[in-house]
Formats: sequence, C-alpha cells, structure tokens
Amino acid sequence: MSGETLALSQNEHNVNYLDYQGKHKGIWGWLLSTDHKRIGILYMITVLSFFAVGVTLGFLIRLELLTPQGTIVGPQAYNEFFTVHGIIMIFIVVIPVIPSVFGNFFLPIMLGAKDVAFPRLNLLSWYLYIIGGAMILLSLVLPGGAADTGWTFYIPYSVRTGTNMIFTLAAVFIIGFSSILTGLNFLTTIHRMRAPGMGWFKMPLFAWSLYATSWIQVIVTPIVGITLLMVIVERVFHVGIFDPTLGGDPLLFQHMFWMYSHPAVYIIIVPAMGVISEVVPVFSQRTIFGYKFIAYSSLGIAIFGSLVWAHHMFATGMSNTAEFVFSLLTFLVAIPSAIKVFNWTATLYKGSIKLEPPLLYALAFIFLFSIGGLTGIIQGALNVDLYLTDTYFIVGHIHYVVFGGTGFGLFAALHYWLPKMFGRMYNKKVAKVAFWITFVGFNILYFPFLILGWLGMPRRSYHYLPQYQVYHVIATVGSWILVTGLLIMFINLLVSIIKGKKVTEENIWGGETLEWKVATPPTVENFEEIPQVVEGPYEYKQNEYELEEEVK
Amino acid sequence: MLADASNFVQPVDNTFIIIVSICVFFLILITALMITFVIKYNSKKNKKAKNVHGNVPLEVTWTVVPVILVLYMFYLGWTGYKHEVSPPKNSMVVNVYAQMWRWSYKYSNGVESDTLFVPINKPVKVLLHSRDVDHSFYIPAFRIKKDVIPNRTNFEWFLPTRLGTYDVFCAEYCGLRHSYMYSAVVVLPQDKFDQWMAKQAASDSDTPADTTSM
Repeated sequence: MSGETLALSQNEHNVNYLDYQGKHKGIWGWLLSTDHKRIGILYMITVLSFFAVGVTLGFLIRLELLTPQGTIVGPQAYNEFFTVHGIIMIFIVVIPVIPSVFGNFFLPIMLGAKDVAFPRLNLLSWYLYIIGGAMILLSLVLPGGAADTGWTFYIPYSVRTGTNMIFTLAAVFIIGFSSILTGLNFLTTIHRMRAPGMGWFKMPLFAWSLYATSWIQVIVTPIVGITLLMVIVERVFHVGIFDPTLGGDPLLFQHMFWMYSHPAVYIIIVPAMGVISEVVPVFSQRTIFGYKFIAYSSLGIAIFGSLVWAHHMFATGMSNTAEFVFSLLTFLVAIPSAIKVFNWTATLYKGSIKLEPPLLYALAFIFLFSIGGLTGIIQGALNVDLYLTDTYFIVGHIHYVVFGGTGFGLFAALHYWLPKMFGRMYNKKVAKVAFWITFVGFNILYFPFLILGWLGMPRRSYHYLPQYQVYHVIATVGSWILVTGLLIMFINLLVSIIKGKKVTEENIWGGETLEWKVATPPTVENFEEIPQVVEGPYEYKQNEYELEEEVK
Repeated sequence: MLADASNFVQPVDNTFIIIVSICVFFLILITALMITFVIKYNSKKNKKAKNVHGNVPLEVTWTVVPVILVLYMFYLGWTGYKHEVSPPKNSMVVNVYAQMWRWSYKYSNGVESDTLFVPINKPVKVLLHSRDVDHSFYIPAFRIKKDVIPNRTNFEWFLPTRLGTYDVFCAEYCGLRHSYMYSAVVVLPQDKFDQWMAKQAASDSDTPADTTSM
C-alpha cells in the first residue's frame, strides 16, 4: 500500500507542470503555486498585459502628435499619458520582463535545479509586483489624476503638482522590492544550486547575464526605494531634503534618482543580451565565439554601468571634474557592449545558419541595439550632449536601446522558448511576416526622433512648431505599422498556445543547454535525476567529430 | 536647415559629424558582416558548421581600437565643453529668469524684456535663475543648453555670429504649458542694439517716474 502511494506520487511528479494537480486546484493551483515555471507564466501574463497598456498609451501619444496641438487630448492628459507610459514601460515592463518571465522559468532548468533557492519568496515577489502594477493603473482613474511629472519625478515639480504623486511613488517603491527579492533569489540559486559539474564557466550565458543583472538589482534598487520614500516624507511632513523652498537641493534628487535609474538601463538590457547569447549559437549550430569575453563583459557592464549616472545631468552645471569623469566613464562603458556585439557577429562565422524567427529577432536586436548604443556614444561627448540632451534625440536613443534592445530580445525569447513552455509551435511564416512589419514600423517610428532631436525639438512637448510636423507625421504613421506588426505577432503566439501544432520532442531547435534535455513541456520537478554536467553549454562536439571523419 | 548663429555651432557640429561618421562605419560593418554570414553560411548551403571557439588577437583588436576611438571622441567633447564654460572677461552680462511658463531677461542697467536682444559679435554671458521649478535654457541655433535650477545660478555664454531671430525653448519638462514656454533671441547690429537699449532705458526711467507721480 505504502509502496503504491510512493509510486503514484513519483508518477505525479513526472507529469508536465501544466497538467499537474497539487494541493490547490484550478486557478489556486496557479495563484498559490511556488513552482518557478508557473510563477514565470504568471509574470508572463501580467507583464505582457501591462505592455499592452503601455503600447496603447504610446499609440495615443503618437496620435496626439500628428498635428502641432490638440489632435485628440489637452496638455494635461498628454502629460499624464507620457508619464504613465514611461512608468509602466520602465518599471513594470522592461525592468522585470526577461528575468521574471524567462529567468524564473529557465534559470533553474539551465542550472540543473528543481526550483529557485527560495520558491515562496519568489511567489511573494509576484504579489508585490502586481500590487504595485495595480496601483499604477488605479492612479489613472483616481481623482486628482495620474502623475504628470515624467517617469523621472524631478523635484521641485513633483512636490508642486497636484496629481496622485504619493500613490505613484509608493507603487514604484513596492515594485522595487519585487525586483530586489527576485535578484536575491537568482543570486542564491546561481551560487548554490548548480548541478554537479557545472562550474562557473560551464554556465549558459543567459545565466551569466542574470547573475550580473541580479547584483545590480540588489545593490542599486534600494537607492531608488529610499529616494522615493524621502520624496514622500518631504511631501507629507515638509522636511526639506530636495525641495528648494524648504532649503533642500533638487540636484541631490537627480543624483539619487539616476544612481538607480542608470544602472536600471543595464538591468533592462543585460538579460536581453543573455537571450541573444543563447539564440545566436543555437541557430548557427556551432560553439559561441569568445564565451569568457561575453561572460566577463556582462560583469564589466554591471560595474562600469553603476558609475556613469551623472551623464544624465551634464546640463545641470556640475563641476568640471564631475563632467570630465562621467563623460570619460560613459565612453568606456560602451566597450563591453561593443565586445558582445563583435562576438555575436563572429559566432555566425562558419556556422550552419537557420534563419528561424528567434534568430531574425536576435539579429534585429544586434542592429537596433547598435544604433541605440552608438547614439548613446554621440551623447557621451560633452559639447554635443549639451546640445542634444532633453531633445527627441534622447527619446530616440532610449527607444532604440530599450525597445530595439530589450523589446526585440523579449520577442526573440518568446519565439525561442514558448514552444518549450507550452509544447506547441507557432506558425513560423506568420511569425516572419510579423517580424518584418514590426522591424520596419519600428524604424519608421523612431528614426525620425533622432532627426527631430538634431533639429532641436524638445522632448515631453504637447505642442510643437510647424517646422517639425513632417517628422512627427512620419513617426505616427510608423507607430501604426509597428502596432500592426505587434498585433500579428502576439495573436500568432496566443493562437499557438491554444491550438498550435503539438511539439513533444525535447530538443526543438538543436540547443545544448539543459532546458533542451528535459521533457516538452517540462515536468513538475524538471529532472527525474539531477544531471551530471561534463561539458560547456555550446560545445557542438558533433561538428568536430564530423570534421575528424572528413579528415579520415 | 538648422541655423548657424553662434561661435559654438562649428565645434558642436564637427564633433557630432566625426562621431556619427565613426558610428555609421561600425554600424555598416556589423550589419554587412551579419548579412554576409547569414547568406554565406546558410544551412541550405553550408550543412556543416565549424567550431571557432575564439581568437585572442581579434578580441584584443576589437577592444583596443574602440578604446582609442572613444578616448578621441571624449577629447573632442571635453575641449568643446571647456570652451563653453569659459566666458571671456569682457562678456555682456544678462540675467535670465525662468518661471512657469515664461522667460524674462534683465540687463545690468536694469532694462527688462521678454525677448533677448543681443549685439552681433560680442560675447554674452547669461546668468540663469529659476523662480519655481527646473527649466532649461535652450537655443538650438546657438547649439547651447543649460538647466535653470532654483537656488542655483548656472551660467552660459555665446558669441552671436549671425543677424536674425532664433527660438528659445524650455528643454526641461516643467508642467502643463511646458511646450508653450518659448521666447526668442534677436541678434542685432551693434548700432541697432544700442538704439533699442537706449529706447528701453528711457521708457523704463519714465515708468518709475510715472508711478511716483501717481
């Protein structure tokens, strides 16, 4: 009898995580699950829903800018639109998306573990995340109106505005804790839960990128937490910290805000770079070029990236010493990113390349991120930055980095891993059509921003002078094309999850990392037996055997 | 298309063009290599991949060359910046006041105006004061910008080199009518400027006299 129960329970743990019936049934089996895979899916549903809200706001912003003023809304609504668009996209979409969806789902599997180090803490992170996210959405409909300060919350304006600032800041504060807990969880998992034999340099590069990202999250997120708390204290108790009318220093706020928010750019981009480092070798069917250089450059980005925050403040009249140091470091932080780009490109060399949808998105990432990085270099030069800062050039730059980078990295990850997660394949032809529409729409939308910036168009402007209209019209048309592409892409993926062609083979794309050695979809416990790792993640030994045979 | 009206236009445009050229070179290089490899090593043509684990001389090259290039770019930006923060001693000083949502200017002789009039070919140093929140004093035709922050007097200087009227924007978001916070800078020949100043000074000295007589 007891033998039978044991056999049954073992059997239950071998069912795939989607069909598993645990202690809780139905929806509670998801909302109370501590399975890293189910939590990954919860994140996927919520983050992508917020992404849809963010895209809608972005679409409305572009629609408003079709004419110099008053196309669809008034200035107050417009200011709230771009503020909430920024807050949603930065704090609740691109910062968490890749670590919390794909990191949660695949990091333990890639390391040969059954779950993350702290599964309950992991679920708590998700609850903190949705509470914060829900508060942002609520701020849109509460009396007083959504924040209208821009996502940067610059003081003194943010202590003067009558909108729901405290509510918004509290929401960002809570989301910050979700981010810290996830980072802590991943760090412990990577340090303590790697399968036997998996040394640091046998880890997949996606795990390396999450390792670097998690350190940044744990170290710098508390800074923005405390800063936002100080703003709340200032507003409620009138203690002079940042507000000049109370004897505070508004520049102190900018320093503290960017001390987090610049490294946050790397929290945003490094996990996407990790995705690209997985996709490129798999679809080239060969070993990655310069594994250690890519791994170390993630750490290089994490370290240098934490020391360049004041390049957002070149126009604030800092000391010459500060301008000198921050400009120099800004130029140097470009180097590890450049190293990655060169190594990815070299990985294509002499590969056997299959241009499947994930690789298309990955190559688009390299192209768009290069434009994003290079436009960043342009603004690293002090005298050029004093001209370009706070214009559309910076808006173009951030969208090339964050959307062209992390957005396209996300799309690559979705097309790469979704079939594994659900055991169903999307329509590849439709995916390719969606890719080209999205890619073309993206460039028609954002490239004119760089031109507008060079022509002196200030950012965050409801109204603009007639000489800028032609570029705004082109960009708005681009937004329609981009949204069309996104709709086709996501409908295709959604349809595939519900009724796509069933996939049962373990190794869908010919990858050599551990997620391609477990069942499709993975079982509840991931592995029946913890694997013994003997080789690196992208060895492609077969290539060498074949070569040897040819020589014979 | 973009006006060229101050001594900073050439240095900023040159730095921009040099850096953009280097960037475009690398972008084309990377893109061309990607496209070439994807075509040349497509799995239909190239059935067997070859493992290339890395190449240290290549890694050193593509680290050292970009480092040298970015140091050069840094140098260009830094020297340009040094010039922008070193106003000549003989500069004409104008106080700029920013408030939600307008600009006003006050000359050292007390004359006030809501448009900035300056003589051509004479250095002007502006002292930037905010009466409320952060703003940013931005003249695209001069290629200059500096934030205007309460309790802090930033400065900026320029040498107008072309006659005409140019836009002044607020570049730091400052609330509801931020995007309407325009003003203009008018570059006049010295004699016209002196005439304008004399007229303003006269009407200004009239005004207080009027108020006292009231």
